[in-house]
Amino acid sequence: MSREVMEYDVVIVGGGPSGLSTAIKLKQLNPEINVCVLEKAAEIGAHILSGNVFETRALDELIPNWKDLKSPVKTKVTKEKFLFLSKTKSLSWPTWLLPKVQKNHKNYIISLANLCRWLSEQAEALGVEIFPGFPASEIIYNENGSVKGVATQDMGIDKDGNKKDSFESGIELHAKVTVFAEGCRGHLGKELIKKFELDKDKDPQQYGIGFKEIWEVDESKHEEGMVMHTAGWPLDNKTYGGSFMYHAENKQIFLGYVIGLDYQNPYLSPFDEFQRFKTHPAIKKIIEGGKRISYGARALIEGGLQSLPKMYMPGALLVGCDAGTLNMPKIKGSHTAMKSGIIAAETIHEFIKENKELSNYETKFKNSWVYEELHAARNVKPSFSWGLILGIIFTGIDQILFRGKLPLTLKHKHADHETLKPANSMPKIEYPKPDNVITFDKTSSVYLTGTNHADNQPVHLKLKDKDLPIKYTLDKYDEPAQRYCPAGVYEVQIENNIPKFVINSQNCIHCKTCDIKEPSQNITWVTPEGSGGPRYGNM
Amino acid sequence: MKILVAVKRVIDYNVQIRVKEDGSGVVTDNVKMSTNPPDDNAVEEAVKIKEAGKATEVVAITVGEEKAQETVRKALAVGADRGIHVKAEGILEPLAVSKILQKVVEKEKPDLVFMGKQAIDDDCNQTGQMLAALLNWPQATFASKIDVKDKSLEVTREVDEGLETISVNVPAIITCDLRLNEPRYASLPNIMKAKKKPLEQLSATDLGIDTKPRIEQIKVEEPPKRKAGIKVGSVSELVQKLKNEAKVI
Repeated sequence: MSREVMEYDVVIVGGGPSGLSTAIKLKQLNPEINVCVLEKAAEIGAHILSGNVFETRALDELIPNWKDLKSPVKTKVTKEKFLFLSKTKSLSWPTWLLPKVQKNHKNYIISLANLCRWLSEQAEALGVEIFPGFPASEIIYNENGSVKGVATQDMGIDKDGNKKDSFESGIELHAKVTVFAEGCRGHLGKELIKKFELDKDKDPQQYGIGFKEIWEVDESKHEEGMVMHTAGWPLDNKTYGGSFMYHAENKQIFLGYVIGLDYQNPYLSPFDEFQRFKTHPAIKKIIEGGKRISYGARALIEGGLQSLPKMYMPGALLVGCDAGTLNMPKIKGSHTAMKSGIIAAETIHEFIKENKELSNYETKFKNSWVYEELHAARNVKPSFSWGLILGIIFTGIDQILFRGKLPLTLKHKHADHETLKPANSMPKIEYPKPDNVITFDKTSSVYLTGTNHADNQPVHLKLKDKDLPIKYTLDKYDEPAQRYCPAGVYEVQIENNIPKFVINSQNCIHCKTCDIKEPSQNITWVTPEGSGGPRYGNM
Repeated sequence: MKILVAVKRVIDYNVQIRVKEDGSGVVTDNVKMSTNPPDDNAVEEAVKIKEAGKATEVVAITVGEEKAQETVRKALAVGADRGIHVKAEGILEPLAVSKILQKVVEKEKPDLVFMGKQAIDDDCNQTGQMLAALLNWPQATFASKIDVKDKSLEVTREVDEGLETISVNVPAIITCDLRLNEPRYASLPNIMKAKKKPLEQLSATDLGIDTKPRIEQIKVEEPPKRKAGIKVGSVSELVQKLKNEAKVI
């Protein structure tokens, strides 16, 4: 079947901070270059979710006069706290004893979705063509194996794979260079990493799942510019994670929780840990009387430098967290993602103009401040595989005394899908019922995301073996998909005493956790029909 | 035959609407907006009629702030030939919109005006009817099927009792129901082409229309939360509760 073809100099897959920075920098370097950005969400920003305390370093480089251009970077961090939580108590850790990477006094509390919307306006003003609602669903290769471009998803296919009356064929976008900027666990990035063995000799990638809720709280409890992080309860010593609470503008609080996906107990439910966390007296007192107005979740990269794949291949580059540039101890990835995009743009500009190699991307990256940052941060996350307490002690030595310069590099030993222990060897966890005031169930939470997928389309969560969930995973791990999915997509229903695995794919909020954590890697996330998924506002 | 199709930019139907804390309206900042769904049906039908060779031109029009242009661009991407954006700020009531449309109709002289049966934001369901009155044209509202005859249309209407088929003479106003058709997707190449199609800019002031609201909005509030249900043990308990507690029987 031949599809319509559109030619560009550069095609960018994904309208997040890395993709948009690549587009803007390319146009700044050469206004003549043809650049387009494909975005699967119905609009730019609608699939973006992040804390976010923002370091402006990359933005300063990209758009030095951002302060004059009505950018949504406004709320300066004014106060910082770090708490260790036990079940009922909290212990405040003095900020002078925090490693430098965790200090935020020059940073801003922002909505990354709004920053992306603003970046897309800047990009469009420079002549970048942005197409929201068009997921890139497959990679097109040249005969010599190099990347030729991507194809957009066909639209108007029914659930059995037949063409509906409204069928509209996807098209091919061919480019001199294709930039993959899908974010953490991009489904095309995953294919490229495998095909070109980009992760050869690297540690397995590490992931976390991050939750975020936006609360509108009473004025008396709101301190604009205040940043608070916690560690400890409700997680046990073995599980990596913690919370954030950022007091943003308009009496809003960005409240979130991140849990490492290397957790071991299949009964653990990241969603319910987050809900339970909010009942801690130190948290509850702030949000009590307030109103939850948004909810969302997204997987994020935690592997750092040890797990960072090679970021170039013939005809294509990986940028941002499609490769994995997040700085975990800093709890920030937007500035590194943007910088990787800037470096990619410089590389592509020289490739097109002077025929220089795309492999220069790696050299430039290694000489940049992103690499320096990630190098200094590299040992923090792996040290927490020894547990919270040893992790903190080691991190103190590594980050405060040696500033990340210890002459050793710890390894990530396992991929996240390998860490679950059999259900019969782990304790069951009883989570309290939601009170619908502070804590909620998944259904009412997903409702707030505005998630929708056109009905009567193929299920976009593919099972390699459709019998495996019931035949094997249910018995061995009590089918953890029921719990790790933050949107209630996966259910085991009992009908006439026979368990049945149900996929409610219309609820999917595109977090990619199932693709990462499924113990047999039996679930593959692919793009649904364009515009499907959440409609996040100022996440 | 020439068809003018009116489209409106509203909060996307998937977004959970949030009321502003001061009760002055609903939150629209950073909220996904899109074309009012039955307006998409109106555009689709006009384009289909043109494709069937029964119309020569489809003109899409919107009234509203700068960004309302997006809805016209979308109509152009699915087959409208050219667009008109009448710039107007603030709350626009159906009367103001229909007066603006009347001016444009007088200028453009279309044979048919299509639009959605109502907008999902204010749910007024008035603009089409008011425009028909202002122009003194026949109207067919809630259309779920349209047959174009020589100088008339046979329109099937979704009414409370079922379906009603009427015949209207051209020129006429048709307001469209969601059952009318399945709107097509805008393809990427067509979105590109739409960027090059002509889009005329007008303003309400230039047309001499005062858009100041005639209705004073006192307060917007959320509907009351549904109370949690209870489980009853028997039919007699249910009857007893309906009688004594709910007091509905």
